[in-house]
Parts: sequence; structure tokens; C-alpha cells
Amino acid sequence: MKIKLYDLAHSRAGDKGDTLVLSLIPYREKDYPLLKAKVTAEAVKEHLKDIVAGQIERYELPNLPALQFVCRQALLGGVTTSLAMDTHGKSLSFALLEMWIENNEI
Amino acid sequence: MKQKIRIGCGAGFSGDRLEPAVILAEKAQLDYLVLECLAERTIALAQKRKIQDTNQGYDPLLERRLELLLPLIKSNKIRLITNMGAANPIAAAEKIVEIARKLKIDITVAAVTGDDVFSSLSPQDRDLDTGRLLTDFGPLISANAYLGADALLPALASDAEVIITGRVADPSLFVAPMVHELGWSLDDANRIGQATIIGHLLECAGQLTGGYFADPGKKDIPDLANLGHPFVDVMQDGTAVFSKVPGTGGTLRLETVKEQLLYEVMDPSQYFTPDVVADFTQVKMRETGPSLLEVTGGRGQAKPKALKVSVGYQAGFVGEGEISYAGTNALGRAQLAGAMMEERLKNRFTELRIDYIGSTSVHRTQWGTWPEPYEIRLRVAGKAPTAAEAAVIGEEVEALYTNGPAGGGGARKYVHEVVGIVSTFLNREQVEPTLTIRKS
Repeated sequence: MKIKLYDLAHSRAGDKGDTLVLSLIPYREKDYPLLKAKVTAEAVKEHLKDIVAGQIERYELPNLPALQFVCRQALLGGVTTSLAMDTHGKSLSFALLEMWIENNEI
Repeated sequence: MKQKIRIGCGAGFSGDRLEPAVILAEKAQLDYLVLECLAERTIALAQKRKIQDTNQGYDPLLERRLELLLPLIKSNKIRLITNMGAANPIAAAEKIVEIARKLKIDITVAAVTGDDVFSSLSPQDRDLDTGRLLTDFGPLISANAYLGADALLPALASDAEVIITGRVADPSLFVAPMVHELGWSLDDANRIGQATIIGHLLECAGQLTGGYFADPGKKDIPDLANLGHPFVDVMQDGTAVFSKVPGTGGTLRLETVKEQLLYEVMDPSQYFTPDVVADFTQVKMRETGPSLLEVTGGRGQAKPKALKVSVGYQAGFVGEGEISYAGTNALGRAQLAGAMMEERLKNRFTELRIDYIGSTSVHRTQWGTWPEPYEIRLRVAGKAPTAAEAAVIGEEVEALYTNGPAGGGGARKYVHEVVGIVSTFLNREQVEPTLTIRKS
């Protein structure tokens, strides 16, 4: 069945210039392998295609556990000169959590 | 050399609340209180204020914060470290001395300068992200190098109770007192890596204790209205135990600390600061009690050879106009207005943005199907070289009253000046931190 990331994980967005940084932290550690398998950089790029113009890199932090996504050219030019409503992209953590993944375990 | 040091963070940005720092200074038995109040853009704006008045250019809330805190840090023997000096730490130090005299408090203030490297910029310098020449972006306003913990150590070695700086890397404000009190070497990359992680966790203040975290029903935070800010006990071996003052709102637990650990971090194995290239990937966290959390495992590699420099430039003006539509077909009428604005303005503005607030304005898209909202606010924004040209956008939106779709209301128009920020590198040797002492 399909499940929304919102129900599995939490996230905080940060910014560096025109780059958006999104963490993805499972509520339960046991869901980390599922997130790692399904929430690939490619899958996030497809989900955020209307927002992120550049590349997305994914970093894995098995110790926490958590994933980190670094999304280039995502803030319409960046904090100070962007014409976007949310110039920092701070609300975009919840855009990531709108993503649905196939959950084979349930 | 101490076995343990306690540092609190009373402000995580320039506009932060005043009260949590007062509670920390009153009740947390701190050795150090840090106020982190300087965002990238803030210093360029402060430079502009300094150009207009040489006594200005420090944080606009400096007086209000220090009037509250000076009596407390004096009576409780706390040293205050803050980057509220912004573009003018010496003027800030003089203002603090003036406040202390008014309050009849003996105080020594150390101002650390040297971050202003505007005169060291070269016309050949390029932006780190795009590789374009800095001078291509627009007339340059400011250039500030990120100083490290080493720049603060002479101030900490003095008898100053208040240390005020301009552009210092945020974690370095916390790394410096750890190095000073615990006798660590700045060349011990793993130790400085752990110190940097501690500083990074604290630098956004309330974001560690449940601020910017709550999602009711999903991620609940108790008593968010009275959110307390965090403090840390750092042991000689680098072990850090984070906490907050009992009785204050918020909570400090694995979830809040994990979110903050990764906040604004690009590659977590290589977090660049002037002090170290920190590695967050081996960090271990353990809840040891209610709002009590231990962090270990920070590591690092030798500090970078060059310092990052934030460069501010004049980027023209943004004009904005907004108007609301409500009731049945609100979105349809707003979209008609938006299409009209595009037709009327597209030839006058190279960058024009039209948003439907309530529908797709914040994420620029939406997922799935949602019921149409009862009300929609149209927002039109564009950039122009002068304020007068930028104002045209608001004027056209306002004119929708008698020239647009039915039932538009609540038009507002704004024009604001834009300061752009780009980054470049400078050799460390070209940056010379300087200490200035003022006494009340």
C-alpha cells in the first residue's frame, strides 16, 4: 500500500543561497531502510520537479538515522533577491512530506 | 582549566524574543551567554546604516537586550558573547558602556573587529556559486569575512565581561569559550569538530527546544508560548549535555535535536567553518532525562586555508501588490486578475511573479486534489532598478478595484530595497582580527 512521508517522518528545511536543504528523519528507526530504499535523490527530484530546477544530492546518516537532501537552484535565486513568497524555502519541508511511497511492509 | 563549562544561547536571530535570554541569565547558572543575531543579509543592511551614520551599524535591538541583561550578567558572573556588533562592533561597545554607566554598572567590553574586508576585495574576485565576477552583480556595498574562534581568544583572555563582534561564524561564538576554558587546542580537529557541532546545535536557540518543530496532533510541544532557550554543559572530554531551564516551555528530545543537527547543513560529513571541517555523521545522541540530551561523536578535519567572505551588493527594488477575492469562483476571478496583470506589466519588468495565495503561492505547486479555498489573495511581484519603477506593480494591482474582476478587496502595495548577497574566498593572511577594549 502507499503511504505519505508525512506519516513516517519529519523534516526541517534550511537554505544556503539558492540551495534548499531538506532533512528527512523517521519517527521510528525501523523505517529508515524503507526511506533509504524509496526516497532516492531521483524520486525526490521527480516529486519536487516544479520547485527544484537543479540537481539533488542525497546524504545518508545511518547513525541518527536520517537522510539529507541538498537541492540546487530551488529558491528562485535565493533569499535576498528571490521574488518567491517564501524566499528562504522554509515551508518546503512540508512539500517533501507530501510525497507518497510504496510501503511493502504493511 | 575547568573540567566543565556551561553555555546558554539566548537569541538565535536578530529579531528573537528578549525574555528567554533573561530567564537563562537569571536561572541557568551559566558561565557564558551567547546571543547569535547576525544573518548573512543583516550585515550588509547594517553597513548601509553605518555609511549614513558612523555611530550606527550595530544590531537594532542591542540597547533593549543589554539593558535587560547587563545587571544579570554582572550579578551572576556570566560572560556575554554576541555578534550584535554587526557592521560596527566598536560603536556597539561604546553604546554598551553608555548603558552600563546609566545603570551604574562597572563593565569591560571587548570589541573584535577585522571581519570588514571590503578594501581587500579585488575586481577579479568571483562568486563561489556561479563563478561570475562580483562586480557583475551590481554596485558592491559590503564584504565581511567569517572570523573563527581564534579571533575571539584574545578577547576571552582579557578581563572583558562582554565580547562583541561582527561577522564571526555562528558555531565559533560557542567554540571559543570551550577552547578558552577547557584548554583545548585549536589544532585538535576532532575536539573542535565536536565543539562546532555543539555550537551548531545551540546557534538557533529555541529551535533546539521545540521552536520551529510543532505540528499539532503529530509533533506536539508543551507550552510553546513560553518556550525556553537551551544551554549545554560541555565536559573536558567533549561530551555535551543539552538542557533548558525547568519550568520553561518547550522540550528538548531526540527529534528536536536531530532536526537542528541537520539544519542548513549541506554535506553532513564536511561542514566548513573557519575552525574546522566538521563531520556530523558519527554523532551519537542519548536522552538521559526529561529535556536532557547527551551528544558525543563529533569529529573533524583540519580547518580550511581560506575564509569565506559574504559580499553585499545593491540589487535594485522589489515592488509588490496584493488583492483578495472571496466566495464562489474566488480562484477564477483571481486568475483573471493575474492574467490581466501579466498582460499589463510583462513588457515593463524582466522578472515578474504572480502567485495565488491560498492555492499555489508558497510551494509554487500542489500535490493531489484539494477543495477550492473560500478566499484567494492575488500577489504580483517584480524587480526594477528604481523605487519609482517598482511602485508601478502596486499601482496596477490597486487599479484592479475599478478595472478588474468583480469583488476584489483589501489591496496593499509595497516597495522595498533589495540587498543581494554573494560569497567569495580570501586568504587567512589577509584578515587581521583586532581587539578594542572599552570600560564603563
